[in-house]
Amino acid sequence: MECVLIFHEPMSEFAKRTDPDQREAYWGAWSAYIGAMAEAGVMTHGNGLQAPQTATSVRVRGGDRDVQDGPYADSKEQLGGYVAVQVTSLEDALEWAARSPAAASGTVEVRQVLPANKAELEAA
Amino acid sequence: MESAHTIAERVARDSYGRLLAIIAARSGDIASAEDALATAFRAALEHWPNKGVPDRPEAWLVTVARREISRDRRHEHVIDAATSELLLRLDERLAATSEGLPDRRLELMLACGRPEIDRQARTALMLQAVLGLDAKRIANAFLVSPAAMSQRLVRAKKSLRSLDRGFELPEADVLPARLDSVLAAIYAAFGAAWDDAHGGESQTSGLSGEAIWLGKLIVELLPDEPEAKGLLALMLYCEARRPARRDKDGRFVPLREQDWRTWQRDLVEHAELLLRDAAALGRPGRYQTEAAIQSLHVTARQTGQMPFAALTALYDVMAAHWPSTGVLVSRAAAYGEAGAIGVALVQLDGLRSGDIESYQPYWVTRAHLLSKAGRTDASAAALTRAIGLTSDPGLRSFLQDQAASR
Repeated sequence: MECVLIFHEPMSEFAKRTDPDQREAYWGAWSAYIGAMAEAGVMTHGNGLQAPQTATSVRVRGGDRDVQDGPYADSKEQLGGYVAVQVTSLEDALEWAARSPAAASGTVEVRQVLPANKAELEAA
Repeated sequence: MESAHTIAERVARDSYGRLLAIIAARSGDIASAEDALATAFRAALEHWPNKGVPDRPEAWLVTVARREISRDRRHEHVIDAATSELLLRLDERLAATSEGLPDRRLELMLACGRPEIDRQARTALMLQAVLGLDAKRIANAFLVSPAAMSQRLVRAKKSLRSLDRGFELPEADVLPARLDSVLAAIYAAFGAAWDDAHGGESQTSGLSGEAIWLGKLIVELLPDEPEAKGLLALMLYCEARRPARRDKDGRFVPLREQDWRTWQRDLVEHAELLLRDAAALGRPGRYQTEAAIQSLHVTARQTGQMPFAALTALYDVMAAHWPSTGVLVSRAAAYGEAGAIGVALVQLDGLRSGDIESYQPYWVTRAHLLSKAGRTDASAAALTRAIGLTSDPGLRSFLQDQAASR
């Protein structure tokens, strides 16, 4: 099954990315984690995302467009990245989620991917 | 004078498993017994404050629960006044006899180890039936979805109920395998929420306290079983070292750097006694062997010298009879400590890639051995891999510091 791990981190974690005293440990932990997933052959694809302040949010309601600077929700934890994994069970995905640096400071949401073809989708 | 509420709480805490075992023993139906017992506790909280706490509260609860089950009134969870009167008189009669409540927990625990129950569910079922743990708590420890854990428990209870045999002690020829299954389930509870063999077990979501409680119970119920003693000893040795695993700043401390004087002496002594008693029964086994290895760590600190020949010999016994990935990795670590780096690396190379690709202790051990062998680049790569597989943040920082200092 394919699952996506969605990493939510508090702003204090994003701050580490550019803090000279903390960034080596921060990036080191993430790079080791992604590397381990890749070497275990579970990762299909993924991306880290630039900081939440750089986001732009778009809504189209009726005919009206609304473009906002900033992320979708004004929450304490923000989206930092995502990884798609190919695993045999949800539990394997949860184990990988627990290993991420985001699990220790934020939350990792794990969701199964929708099937790609229509027949499977309707059967689900 | 304790309030009715306090007494009910105390009984729930101290006697839940004992009461459930009695109520479920006849039918083998744990789910109905749980519901009936919950109803009985609710009735107690309603009636004891008004009518007074019975002299034998446990007997009262069992009587009410049994009545619930036989009445089979699923929608009415009320005890009427007449029934309450009857129950009090029954309680008085029971108090007048010297009949105590039987202990059916052994049957209950052995039933949880039945082959009909999914192996993954046995630990959870035991924790819920004997200790009353809820599915969420168990799910946390095993990193499983709470809904999935609930379903697992429902299925397990259905399996037992469908056998329709109640809880009987298994026949003598089946007992050893069944006991093995129970001990494995207790050990699985102990090991839940451990990051790896070297430490990093979670204080709050781990189940080591519960596992030790179950271990003590099984030793009490089966005093002539050496492996039960061996398992309890093993768990006590590990638990004894808990205060030493973190320093005063909360940083992780590996075994070789721990101040052994902070190991809890009473637990160590209890473990040593258990191991001695087990050995006297003359039936060695895997838990006794693992506990003996733990005992060597104690000896090593007391004498200042690890008896390496004994250590590697014990690991060879483990590897010959119970060659799990964990055992094989620990053996390599031991050979490494003994100075046989080349041999240890060959042992690691012998493990299948499928078994170790996400097994953190393998990579920690490999990194350590490669470093000792002077293969710095390979060691660094292994250490990075270990870091990526570590979920405990304290252990992760420790390993990252190690990587940075090279």
